[in-house]
Amino acid sequence: MIGGLFIYNHKGEVLISRVYRDDIGRNAVDAFRVNVIHARQQVRSPVTNIARTSFFHVKRSNIWLAAVTKQNVNAAMVFEFLYKMCDVMTAYFGKISEENIKNNFVLIYELLDEILDFGYPQNSETGALKTFITQQGIKGQTKEEQSQITSQVTGQIGWRREGIKYRRNELFLDVLESVNLLMSPQGQVLSAHVSGRVVMKSYLSGMPECKFGMNDKIVIDKQGKGGASDDAGKSDLGGGSGKQSIAIDDCTFHQCVRLSKFDSERSISFIPPDGEYELMRYRTTKDIILPFRVIPLVREVGRTKLEVKVVIKSNFKPSLLAQKIEVRIPTPLNTSGVQVICMKGKAKYKASENAIVWKIKRMAGMKESQISAEIELLPTNDKKKWARPPISMNFEVPFAPSGLKVRYLKVFESKLNYSDHDVIKWVRYIGRSGIYETRC
Amino acid sequence: MFDLEVLVTTERERSRKRGGLALGDPAASSGLRFKNRRPEVPASGDNKVKICHCFIRKLLCCSVRLNPDATFLSGGGSFKKGKSKEAEIKRINKELANIRSKFKGDKALDGYSKKKYVCKLLFIFLLGHDIDFGHMEAVNLLSSNKYTEKQIGYLFISVLVNSNSDLIRLINNGIKNDLASRNPTFMNLALHCIANVGSREMAEAFASEIPRVLVAGDTMDSVKQSAALCLLRLNRTSPDLVPMGEWTTRVVHLLNDQHLGVVTAATSLITTLAQKNPDDFKTSVSLAVARLSRIVTSASIDLQDYTYYFVAAPWLSVKLLRLLQCYPPPEDAALRSRLTECLETILNKAQEPPKSKKVQHSNAKNAVLFEAIALIIHHDSEPTLLVRACNQLGQFLQHRETNLRYLALESMCTLASSEFSHEAVKTHMETVINALKTERDVSVRQRAVDLLYAMCDRSNAKQIVAEMLSYLETADYSIREEIVLKVAILAEKYAVDYTWYVDTILNLIRIAGDYVSEEVWYRVIQIVINRDDVQGYAAKTVFEALQAPACHENLVKVGGYILGEFGNLIAGDSRSSPLVQFNLLHSKFHLCSVPTRALLLSAYIKFINLFPEVKATIQDVLRSDSQLRNADVELQQRAVEYLRLSCIASTDILATVLEEMPPFPERESSILAKLKKKKGPGKLPDMDDSRRSVNGSTDSTHSFTDVLNLNPAPSSGANLLIDVFSESSAPAAATDVSEENFPRFVCKNNGVIYENQLLQIGLKSEYRQNLGRMYVFYGNKTSTQFLSFSSSVSSSDLNVHSKAVDPVIEGGAQMQQILNIECVSDFSDAPVLNIQFRYGGALQNIAVKLPVMLNKFFQPTEMMSQDFFQRWKQLGAPQQEVQKIFKAKHPMDTEVAKAKILGFGVALLDGVDPNPANFVGAGVVHTKTTQVGCLLRLEPNMQAQTPNGNAAPPATDPSFPFGAGLPGSHLGICSRCRGEQGDGFVGLKGTWPKSHELKVAFDLASFLPPDGRVCERLLLRT
Repeated sequence: MIGGLFIYNHKGEVLISRVYRDDIGRNAVDAFRVNVIHARQQVRSPVTNIARTSFFHVKRSNIWLAAVTKQNVNAAMVFEFLYKMCDVMTAYFGKISEENIKNNFVLIYELLDEILDFGYPQNSETGALKTFITQQGIKGQTKEEQSQITSQVTGQIGWRREGIKYRRNELFLDVLESVNLLMSPQGQVLSAHVSGRVVMKSYLSGMPECKFGMNDKIVIDKQGKGGASDDAGKSDLGGGSGKQSIAIDDCTFHQCVRLSKFDSERSISFIPPDGEYELMRYRTTKDIILPFRVIPLVREVGRTKLEVKVVIKSNFKPSLLAQKIEVRIPTPLNTSGVQVICMKGKAKYKASENAIVWKIKRMAGMKESQISAEIELLPTNDKKKWARPPISMNFEVPFAPSGLKVRYLKVFESKLNYSDHDVIKWVRYIGRSGIYETRC
Repeated sequence: MFDLEVLVTTERERSRKRGGLALGDPAASSGLRFKNRRPEVPASGDNKVKICHCFIRKLLCCSVRLNPDATFLSGGGSFKKGKSKEAEIKRINKELANIRSKFKGDKALDGYSKKKYVCKLLFIFLLGHDIDFGHMEAVNLLSSNKYTEKQIGYLFISVLVNSNSDLIRLINNGIKNDLASRNPTFMNLALHCIANVGSREMAEAFASEIPRVLVAGDTMDSVKQSAALCLLRLNRTSPDLVPMGEWTTRVVHLLNDQHLGVVTAATSLITTLAQKNPDDFKTSVSLAVARLSRIVTSASIDLQDYTYYFVAAPWLSVKLLRLLQCYPPPEDAALRSRLTECLETILNKAQEPPKSKKVQHSNAKNAVLFEAIALIIHHDSEPTLLVRACNQLGQFLQHRETNLRYLALESMCTLASSEFSHEAVKTHMETVINALKTERDVSVRQRAVDLLYAMCDRSNAKQIVAEMLSYLETADYSIREEIVLKVAILAEKYAVDYTWYVDTILNLIRIAGDYVSEEVWYRVIQIVINRDDVQGYAAKTVFEALQAPACHENLVKVGGYILGEFGNLIAGDSRSSPLVQFNLLHSKFHLCSVPTRALLLSAYIKFINLFPEVKATIQDVLRSDSQLRNADVELQQRAVEYLRLSCIASTDILATVLEEMPPFPERESSILAKLKKKKGPGKLPDMDDSRRSVNGSTDSTHSFTDVLNLNPAPSSGANLLIDVFSESSAPAAATDVSEENFPRFVCKNNGVIYENQLLQIGLKSEYRQNLGRMYVFYGNKTSTQFLSFSSSVSSSDLNVHSKAVDPVIEGGAQMQQILNIECVSDFSDAPVLNIQFRYGGALQNIAVKLPVMLNKFFQPTEMMSQDFFQRWKQLGAPQQEVQKIFKAKHPMDTEVAKAKILGFGVALLDGVDPNPANFVGAGVVHTKTTQVGCLLRLEPNMQAQTPNGNAAPPATDPSFPFGAGLPGSHLGICSRCRGEQGDGFVGLKGTWPKSHELKVAFDLASFLPPDGRVCERLLLRT
């Protein structure tokens, strides 16, 4: 269990220090500072073990959050908690920055008392927390209101309070995916996976019961066996294979989802929290639609010159538009000058990052574009050869590279008089690049 | 703005990392690094910083003024305060790209911008980033005519160019040009660069050049100074490359230079050189004394710049005093009196009231004073000075400055070993004991312990040991073991009555049992067994000590052993009846570890012998399952065997088997050896040794000896200070032939012949007729390997073939070598085994006398009584007989003597001699050329205290066995014995047939027991 939690600024000064258990001493604060924040080499592992004490850290801009424990905890749980805590803090006071933390430190201690008890994570649902941890004084709450809070927080559905009313029942569903790829120069996929999230924003009255359906292979197969193949008319969303169902490797759900029902029927049913939350997270590794293909060509001309040519091809329906495309071509450390020619977009040599950065605002599917660069090198007495780091890419496409599709989201509210048809539903797919690299 | 301090420290760190400035002498290095620095300027530290700052400001100015985008400094400045590490890296990447594009060489850069960019690169490097270009530009800067450009070029090279660079030739060329120029600042820059880099390549290129610069008449003072320090640096890094030549004599005369800076630099150089070859620099002594007396007697105003807080040239004084410590006291009386006068003046000055309250004043004054005291101790010839020094140190003992107390204790330690000042040191005993009790700093307490140990003698031993014991209870854990060893040694050494000794050691075990090593309790048992007067007392004390409810395991061991041996001495008292004793011991049994239990089991079986009445009880204990079926093999075996032994054997057999232990042979206390091993040979003030011989080595070489464990025989005091440097030049000369263990091998063939801290040599040998084979085992006792190991055997009379050995012995490993020996004819000189190897870079030479004596080639022969006496009488001619009458030092034990004679090689003939007490033996010595029969008779005289009258007439003539009888025979030990004790001698009687000259080299030292009362006679006829 988490023994303590510290928040540092970039200099390593402690902003927040909360110790939950006696086995964490005062010196743990310094140990983390000395060994991680001020370490000579940058510490890349998020888990550091110092003197039989484990430190789990995440970094948000210039702020370090570190959870400390002496026990053998579930590391995934700790990180989940840290991320959750970041979300809570963002929900309360916006961006996590040194100044914001300093201004809200009373609030943060209050939150820490609530969401972590003796090192065990508690309710970290923002909506629920906001009912009793407020930034203003609690003004004139009646007895009933207070007892309602108590019953809600201690009750079965801690994430939603009763009596919510909206004039317009509306919900927004975002499927956010990030594609990760490592490709060989010859175009062979070395590793690829998609990690996606389904984020929902719900503005629904009462205590609605929701049911979410997507083209998960197991569900589809089950239904296929049942003979109900109403999905036969395929609607190819991406540009790719036109497959009907996808194989999800693993997924996690928000606490509101009834896991027993998922295990038995594989149906996702839940009473949603109010406002924005993350319904599920998943990962797929098979049949990924790779939105872009990068074809690099690097030629060394003598000791002092390097010629680079990179072609990118978009690989999705021509009607769709990819945005915010950025290709980053690393240059050797002894680069002394760069000339770039590109057909589309803007390209520039950024000396501070040792890379040529090529930016294209928009690009339609099934197109290709090219950049060529001449890099002049300064002869050095260093015998080390240039390691040729991979070319990386950033983009945003309006479809889900995993092929996931939302089939339905049904809302039932028995007590109030609105039905599934009355609810206005919005679905959006966004595919972003994660680590999208091609070796050269 | 910019954080200057950070740059200063990073720069220093970096250079240190590269070994650039890791000189022992900060003044020397800083003197080199910063131009114009006068080594003895007041507030020189501030000066250094000022120059450093000034230089960095300059360095940064150029980057600020000329930077086209004018952001570097602000960007650089913001690295420390600014956003983050990432921002810094981005900034630097950008700047590097900019510099790369400038250096690309489209158009030639002018000197100024070249300097600017090289300077920036250097700065980036100092921030901790790798720089892999710009070296060429830096080298180009060297050929510039502007001082600033040259300076930056040199700086870059000193910091960044590593020795195997391709550019080294260009750099050397640039340096050479500057050295040849007449411009002193350029010469200085070049010299600084050489010293800062200090690599072998540099030394190779310039080692011959620099002495020329140093002694040239027209060289400027500042250049001389730099040249001297540069040479010092090269001499330290690669001494083999610095040639000694005619310049050496001229260097000495630099001590007379007008400029004190030059003198200081030269003194450092000469001190180092003089340690290496003292003879070349002998003349420096008189000059140094003259210079010293001028400084000491000068008024503080005279030296102006070189007066530091009212102390005249303290650094120079210290260095001169150090130089003088390389040499023995000057023989010239005038010079000597002048030096004495100087030292007296220094001591007098210490008594004067301080001229300033500043700590710098007293530090400088005390530095000179301590160095002077070190010199006095080193000379060790002026009793008055020694006593004065001691008194001065005594004052410091109560000073409130901790460092001074520490230094005083440390110096006093060495003073205590001088015969002149030992008494004077003793007067401060109370203060030292007080220091031991009240001092806060553990290192000071440690020194106090050392000093107490050093000042201890018979008169104050009891008090000191008592104090140390009482301190032990509260002592710091880190020094406990050492104190325990010291107490044990002092108690043994100065024990007047051994009851006190036993008490002390038992106390020791009680107080600090965990820190009492095996050696300590072995030793107490050895002593108790060898001295029958304390045995009873020891048994009683141990018995009482064991009655404590909780006692340390070591005490149980001692108790078990002593009660097992001497429990009978206290068994008369009903309070310590046998059964009580046994129950007491057995009550501790279950709390002890396996080795102790094994020892206790042996004690039990001894009890069975001593006290038949407890036999049944003990047998029950042995028979119990916890013993007979113990999981530990050793315990189980002991239990089974002892049980059987007690059941089967008769009382007589039991009595023989379980007889009281024979006395241990006297040898050097193993505790002392351990302490020496722990501290290294030099650090322990050795009280027995005559004063350290003044053989030209100084304290610094002394400490080298400690570190390297160079000394093969730590016990021989004269060798303690072998000069490290002369070792490599004259390898074989320094070693003595070790024959320490030689006598032990007269009657046996296997054992350890030689051992020091590094190496152990064991032998295993077998002989048949005139041939022998010897297995030599070399054991590496260290953890590092011995390199280029070689061995050779030199022998005049024997044919010895040795098989070649592997040149490397790994740490902790053992290697075997086989020697085949053939005895050609009779011989007297034993062969010598010469061993050479390298340990940690130092060449080690060891010579060991191999125990191959003529008696090894004996073949025993049996003969009848009549036969024997017939032959005995035939061999009556003076040349055929050797006879020796000697005093035996302990009771003549029949079995021991028998074993000795058998080990000697002859057959023991029973029932031959009419007197049953006599021993008679016969054997044939086999050589390749001849065989010689040999008869031997040993006649112990059990009653007499004086030499027995029945000896043959020559026996009364002490000169006979050595003079006429045994020319060239190996009787060194015999004669020594005679010379030292004066009252007894060994007679050896033997003859060769065919009127051979008698050359029997029977070493009968083994028959000479170390001390005892009974007179024996040994006759040997051949």
